[in-house]
Amino acid sequence: MEGVDQIFVIAKHWITAWSFWPNALRPFVSILLSIVPIIGLFALAFGITTVVERKALGRVQNRYGPNRVGIPLTKIRLAGFGQFMADGIKMLIKEDIVPFSADKVVHYLAPLALAIPVWLTFAVIPFGRNMSAIDLDAGLLFFFALGAGSELAVFMAGWSSRNKYALVGAMRGIAQMISYEIPLVLSTVAVVMIVGSLSLNEIVRAQSSYSLGFIPHWHVFTPWGFAAFVFFMIAACAETNRAPFDLPEAESEIIAGYLTEYSGFKYALFFLGEYMGLFAITGFAVTLFLGGWTAPLPFLNVVPSWLWFFLKFATLIALFIWVRATVPRLRMDQLMKLAWKFLVPLTLINLLVAAVWHYSGGWAFTGALAIRWVFCGAVIGSAYVALGRGLHTKHFAPRAYRYAD
Amino acid sequence: MPTNAPMPIAFFVLAGVTLVSAICAMSLRNLVHCGLCLALTFAGLATIYLQLGAEFVGLAQILVYVGAVAILIVFTILLTRNAEVHISPVSRSWMVGLAVAIIVCASLVLPIFQSPSLHRTPIMTPDATVRLIGEKLMTQYVIPLEAIALVLTAALLGAVVIAMRDEPEEKTKQMMEPPRRGGAKPELDPPRLSIPAVETRQ
Repeated sequence: MEGVDQIFVIAKHWITAWSFWPNALRPFVSILLSIVPIIGLFALAFGITTVVERKALGRVQNRYGPNRVGIPLTKIRLAGFGQFMADGIKMLIKEDIVPFSADKVVHYLAPLALAIPVWLTFAVIPFGRNMSAIDLDAGLLFFFALGAGSELAVFMAGWSSRNKYALVGAMRGIAQMISYEIPLVLSTVAVVMIVGSLSLNEIVRAQSSYSLGFIPHWHVFTPWGFAAFVFFMIAACAETNRAPFDLPEAESEIIAGYLTEYSGFKYALFFLGEYMGLFAITGFAVTLFLGGWTAPLPFLNVVPSWLWFFLKFATLIALFIWVRATVPRLRMDQLMKLAWKFLVPLTLINLLVAAVWHYSGGWAFTGALAIRWVFCGAVIGSAYVALGRGLHTKHFAPRAYRYAD
Repeated sequence: MPTNAPMPIAFFVLAGVTLVSAICAMSLRNLVHCGLCLALTFAGLATIYLQLGAEFVGLAQILVYVGAVAILIVFTILLTRNAEVHISPVSRSWMVGLAVAIIVCASLVLPIFQSPSLHRTPIMTPDATVRLIGEKLMTQYVIPLEAIALVLTAALLGAVVIAMRDEPEEKTKQMMEPPRRGGAKPELDPPRLSIPAVETRQ
């Protein structure tokens, strides 16, 4: 099974070793062979996800989703899975409207400024055993550094459009991204504390063993890891502007937010960038908490590692779609309150819990594991309950807005 | 990695981008454009750090400067003054400008030339891994780190205190009341954004 597991790695080495390439070109061939599959695969995943999402939303809302488009000029319908190609062609040939008073250069550059850093984040994700494009020592930091660029892109889009809805949307977007970046980073810091490395390959390796022969050492199966996973997913949802955190482009309030003045392919690029951001952050959630490419049971390691990665990846994407279909949109003050008064304190407490878990790892007496579990779980659980209840008392209750409630 | 062959080309491209964007940040008329160019300069500097193998510094530079400082700058420009205003310089004399430039440059260059670090033999393999930086921060430099943490916490609390200060109760109430017929309308002072309406067509 070694061959199937490493098939892409072997294929890459085989193609790079062809005598057909001049020696000077070899490094570039190797780089290209790492980049092109990532771009191709995730672009395809983007297309399929949009169709699956629309079908799932349709199912939840008791209607049909897209179910017509198949292969053009034939009778094959593929249950509507050709829809994304039709959408792509439509986006490409639509007129690109730029507002008269828009700042043309910034308006043009904003979609690129969003899409390019997001693509770069895929470079550090380990998609399988020996399958990450670059093994950075500070892979996690790389991801968050590139994520910081998207805020500037949102600002560029909102400001350059010369549209009040666009600017309001951009301000909402930036406020939301900055606020939720803190719980996002703090929840991953717990993982870094336990593993002791910022390298994503190292983090996966730390989760690749099993206790008692069948329980995987995934971080989600520890009290601090489970809490961090939940916080990470909530923050990821907000960071990628997905419902219920889609206030920056809330169509019932501010038309389409910072996307109001975008049409045609620039809009498609924004759309692509948003989904790529979702994929990247989902890949990180899989890597940090769900064991990356490791199998859930030891005997299942015969299934190739990349398949495990994409199975977990697809599961989390389905979870995101499910959440989007079922949870209503938040209001702006609720959004800020959730981040600053609830998630930030809880992630900080979770850091303490992770430290306790780390230092109690050396306990050798019987029942140590049970004591660790009960203590850590109790701290997180009681903090959750206390904060959840406490924020409804008089002093911390939400401000009453006469025209908003 | 000085022996790496593609290094000079990449270095010149990155240095060129950094320099050009820095010049743009100084000379463009629109302040928001200047802010965005400054963000590009920060990013260019970060890529040069990365190219020199200083992974942590480069990524931290992007995280802090592009992610936080640049956003702060553009927002400050946006919220405090009209970005379209053409500011008249303090002095139009290029002689004064040159003199100031020379003084600043000299005060930077002279100490650099006197510093002993110029005569040190460069270490061939800089071993500044993230782990090493973390260990140094937690052992040798733990007190400066704690001091910085304290300063930042104080700044954070200060920001919260400033933001929490509500308007006086009466004024808030008055603003919340719907305007009575014939009565004076309450003075609403919306924050002046530099988003231009249709009349500021270029």
